[in-house]
Amino acid sequence: MSIMEYNGGSVIAMVGKDCVAIASDLRLGVQSLSISSNFQKIFPVTDRIYVGLPGLASDVTTLHEQFRYRVNMYTIKEEREIEPQTFAQMVSSTLYERRFGPYFIEPVIAGMQRTPSGSYEPFIAATDLIGCLNFAKDFVVAGTASSELFGAAEGLWEPDLEAEDLFETISQTLLNAVDRDTFSGWGAVVHVMTKDKVITRTLKGRMD
Amino acid sequence: MNSLVSRFSTTGPIAELRKAKEVLGDDDEFSDAVWGSEAGFGSLANGVPKFSIPQVPDPSAFLRLHTDDHSDPSCRIKIKHGTTTLAFRFQGGVIVAVDSRASAGSYVASGTVKKVIEINPYLLGTMAGGAADCQYWETYLGIQCRLHELRNRERISVAAASKYLSNLVYSYKGMGLSMGTMICGWDKTGPAVFYVDSDGTRLKGDLFSVGSGSTFAYGVLDQGYRWDLTDEEAQELGRRSIYAAGHRDAYSGNTINLYHVKEDGWKFIGNYDVSKMHYEGPNGVGYGYDIRTEGRSSANPPATQ
Repeated sequence: MSIMEYNGGSVIAMVGKDCVAIASDLRLGVQSLSISSNFQKIFPVTDRIYVGLPGLASDVTTLHEQFRYRVNMYTIKEEREIEPQTFAQMVSSTLYERRFGPYFIEPVIAGMQRTPSGSYEPFIAATDLIGCLNFAKDFVVAGTASSELFGAAEGLWEPDLEAEDLFETISQTLLNAVDRDTFSGWGAVVHVMTKDKVITRTLKGRMD
Repeated sequence: MNSLVSRFSTTGPIAELRKAKEVLGDDDEFSDAVWGSEAGFGSLANGVPKFSIPQVPDPSAFLRLHTDDHSDPSCRIKIKHGTTTLAFRFQGGVIVAVDSRASAGSYVASGTVKKVIEINPYLLGTMAGGAADCQYWETYLGIQCRLHELRNRERISVAAASKYLSNLVYSYKGMGLSMGTMICGWDKTGPAVFYVDSDGTRLKGDLFSVGSGSTFAYGVLDQGYRWDLTDEEAQELGRRSIYAAGHRDAYSGNTINLYHVKEDGWKFIGNYDVSKMHYEGPNGVGYGYDIRTEGRSSANPPATQ
């Protein structure tokens, strides 16, 4: 029995042209028994950062609270919002603090990073459960369907997708990947972020 | 002369074939190829098929070491598990319903598996546990049932057919066979369902469900089961029960295969997508809780759009 597969669930993030997307399934299970079809795994951190927390459900809650606390402390002390790059480092250090008794979560971060010129550029990152950062230029995946997500994303993703096309790509990638995983599925949620807005859509997925 | 030489020479293709036969322990004068492969069932003239056994002190422990995915999830050979199957007897015959998912660990290896094995026009077998074991031995059972028919000028009873299978798997007890099956059919005594598993258990009954999703199926089945169900009600109950299992059990799902056995043999009723049943049901009303109760409470208001 693997703790990483105890509750199930998967998250994926993708980069597009001046936009990012992050999506997850909605299942919460206890091994083979599916319990809930509206379990949130992706949380807003700031207006321009989302974090996905696939893994052990109890640690999803714990880590979400932990990140909320640390981001609030950062905002108060620095008197500004945290940037995606900085938040990724915060996620990494938070996880490495528990190097010898880790949280069973593999976070995925997606956001719009402010550039020195004042515009925004897409940012995605993922870490393993002890905080090894992976900054990717295309897509990142995590969770019980990660190998299926890699396969689907490798086949569907292409550079410079516009927001609407990115939505279609990430949705098809997720939906098709989780159908090949017993521990993911039961509906899905997608967030597509551009420099000035986020569009959130709940997808109708297979319910088995 | 040449053929005589080649027959006794120790080199050349014929000698190689002879050597190969010795290694395989095949002492037939003619190879199986002469008679056709007999659908993979080898030399039936020799009775029960023989299997080559690993040359180690404890063959079944050797097999377990390399296949048991409960004790060692990283082992090379993963036998497909996870299923929901059900069969029940009622006034109008027997309903057999199964899902179609095959999973290897957490991977959905297939969503289109046929878990009902059509043994002959009057007998159906269901498949849970080792897919190959069920498929092979139930096909083998079909051969034996046909031979019984030819020898006795009479169709085999469901009781006899299931007993043949249970005795057969019992002779392999401890060797790692894995099957949980229902042998269903119609004979002189009317509709019949027997549960047979690889431990050697054989049970006669009105209602069975087998597999990882069986508890979910039983939940729906038990609350809806009556002897005097109409044909339509019974088919709906079978379909609804497998849907429940497909919905809740991670190792079951994809599609439902539904069969109905009547006096004149079995009939395939249909193949139904579990997700389609969730959202739309067989005739427009979805089985899913949120779909069924939409607009009936403030907690689940009518969909806008």
